[in-house]
Amino acid sequence: MPKSHLELSQLGISFPTPKGAFVALQNVNLDIAKGEFISLIGHSGCGKSTVLNLVAGLLQASSGGVILNQKEINAPGPERAVVFQNHSLLPWLSVYQNVELAVKQVFRSQKTKQEMRDWIEHNLALVQMSHARDKRPAEISGGMKQRVGIARALAMQPQVLLMDEPFGALDALTRAHLQDSLMEIQARLNNTVIMITHDVDEAVLLSDRIVMMTNGPAATIGEVLQIELPRPRNRIALADCPTYNHYRHQVLSFLYEKQRKVEVLPNAGSIKATAVAKTAEKRA
Amino acid sequence: MSTIPTQWSRVRRYLPAQQQLNNWLKQSFVSATGVAVFVLLWHILASQIITSLGSFPGPVQAAQQWSVLIAEHKAEKARETAFYQRQQQRNAATLAANPDAVVSVRPYNGRPTFFSQIVTSLYTVLTGFVLASLVAIPAGIVIGLSPRLYSAFNPLIQLFKPVSPLAWLPLVTILVSALYQSDTPLFARSFLVSVFTVSLCSLWPTLLNTIVGVSNISPDLQNVSRVLQLNWLTHVRRIVLPSAVPMIFTGLRLSLGIAWMVLIAAEMLAQNPGLGKFVWDEFQNGSSDSLSRICVAVLVIGLIGYALDRLMLQLQQRVNWDKSATLR
Repeated sequence: MPKSHLELSQLGISFPTPKGAFVALQNVNLDIAKGEFISLIGHSGCGKSTVLNLVAGLLQASSGGVILNQKEINAPGPERAVVFQNHSLLPWLSVYQNVELAVKQVFRSQKTKQEMRDWIEHNLALVQMSHARDKRPAEISGGMKQRVGIARALAMQPQVLLMDEPFGALDALTRAHLQDSLMEIQARLNNTVIMITHDVDEAVLLSDRIVMMTNGPAATIGEVLQIELPRPRNRIALADCPTYNHYRHQVLSFLYEKQRKVEVLPNAGSIKATAVAKTAEKRA
Repeated sequence: MSTIPTQWSRVRRYLPAQQQLNNWLKQSFVSATGVAVFVLLWHILASQIITSLGSFPGPVQAAQQWSVLIAEHKAEKARETAFYQRQQQRNAATLAANPDAVVSVRPYNGRPTFFSQIVTSLYTVLTGFVLASLVAIPAGIVIGLSPRLYSAFNPLIQLFKPVSPLAWLPLVTILVSALYQSDTPLFARSFLVSVFTVSLCSLWPTLLNTIVGVSNISPDLQNVSRVLQLNWLTHVRRIVLPSAVPMIFTGLRLSLGIAWMVLIAAEMLAQNPGLGKFVWDEFQNGSSDSLSRICVAVLVIGLIGYALDRLMLQLQQRVNWDKSATLR
């Protein structure tokens, strides 16, 4: 494996509660190479977003730390751009101005006005949003907003791109389209990407490695699956590919057999107890 | 901002123009009926009430006094023009006789008419309101951004917010007389007293709404700001201020309404030559026309208050980024 670019080392976080510290995440260890595409998958509440926020610097680790290019991260910064789940565009700015805000902030002293303008246009073209550059977020569809969010993140020229369920709120067709765009852009720019997802197909299709997380509290990395499918990948060709289906099966079995999510029902105490026992068995 | 009117306005966009016109006519008819019923009741009930100044004035007497006030204003204007004309002729004659003579132009010192009093009131209320906004919006932003400052200031805000203008006025009067001493005053003291009283009473809604607007910025947008490492000023200008604009304007509209109400009381007591003084003078005057004139003043005060609110609404619609929001 190439020299470690981004390293999560003994990462853990706990929150103080009246009943003592609540450990949300512990012992997360991961070495990520430059240009690698990592998916984080796991049930809701397992701390995927927490990991992402720790790498972004939006949360502070209680133990361990995140190291990017031999430097510890303790604050947010534009070299770790975030694509937020709900796009988080500023509703009072046009598509162009939203990207401009990021570009001006990052390249203020490095680019001339004309260069910045070209760079914004370039990034909008990359996500095919040039036609809507003067529209406000309220005037474009959810998929378009998410594309602008991606353009804004890419325009910061980040070393690491952090994506929190970027396509979660989109319909299946738009999602497929954006996944293809993302693969294409990532192949061209070779960004390091960490993406949170709930979608097994998405994880297998896009990733170099899938990091599967155990259920919380005290969540950690359960398994890491290396996806060795040749790129560029084609979703139609892969649909019939046995290797692809094998990977898919492995992720599904982790999620639905080994880490079966136990929903707490008011009168299902006994069921829960058995399920927990089963999970404990499997872990052992 | 309810959702039903929003949807209604969306629906209305697709209705044919004829139907829109019909709707508008229908609404106007209902409003006109309301006004007509009020005028009728006023007319009937007023004649039944006998006061020490004769029977209470009805709409007819009020309308008569309205024309009298207009006539008085015109007469006063004519006198003013005549005064300046005479003065100019006199000066010209003096200069013709002796080209080295020093001539002075003296201002006309006529009685303020009802309409010049309206102008004074508007000028006073806007000065007070602008002053209050210039204090309340920046203070609201700073306090809203810091929970600690909020805890420090909240008790004071809650304490001073409900204080009546009549309680502030004596203190303001004394303070202005003590602190504003000048041989060639730029402003009359009565004007300053009215302005400060209006400001003191009207800044609270803007302050509170700005604080609430600023402290309720979506956490997602705050994260965007943190990832971009925006400095404090850029953060305030690009993120905080725009997202608080709707709340700030809600506050400003409430403040302007309060400012206008407070102004009338302040002018009465401070003797600032505005509408409040007009009402007070008429009340002291106690002639048989006084009550009718006060009725006219009441209606005019109401209409101006309404017009000010509409103006703020227009401004809000222009400034607000969320064009789909229904403002009423």
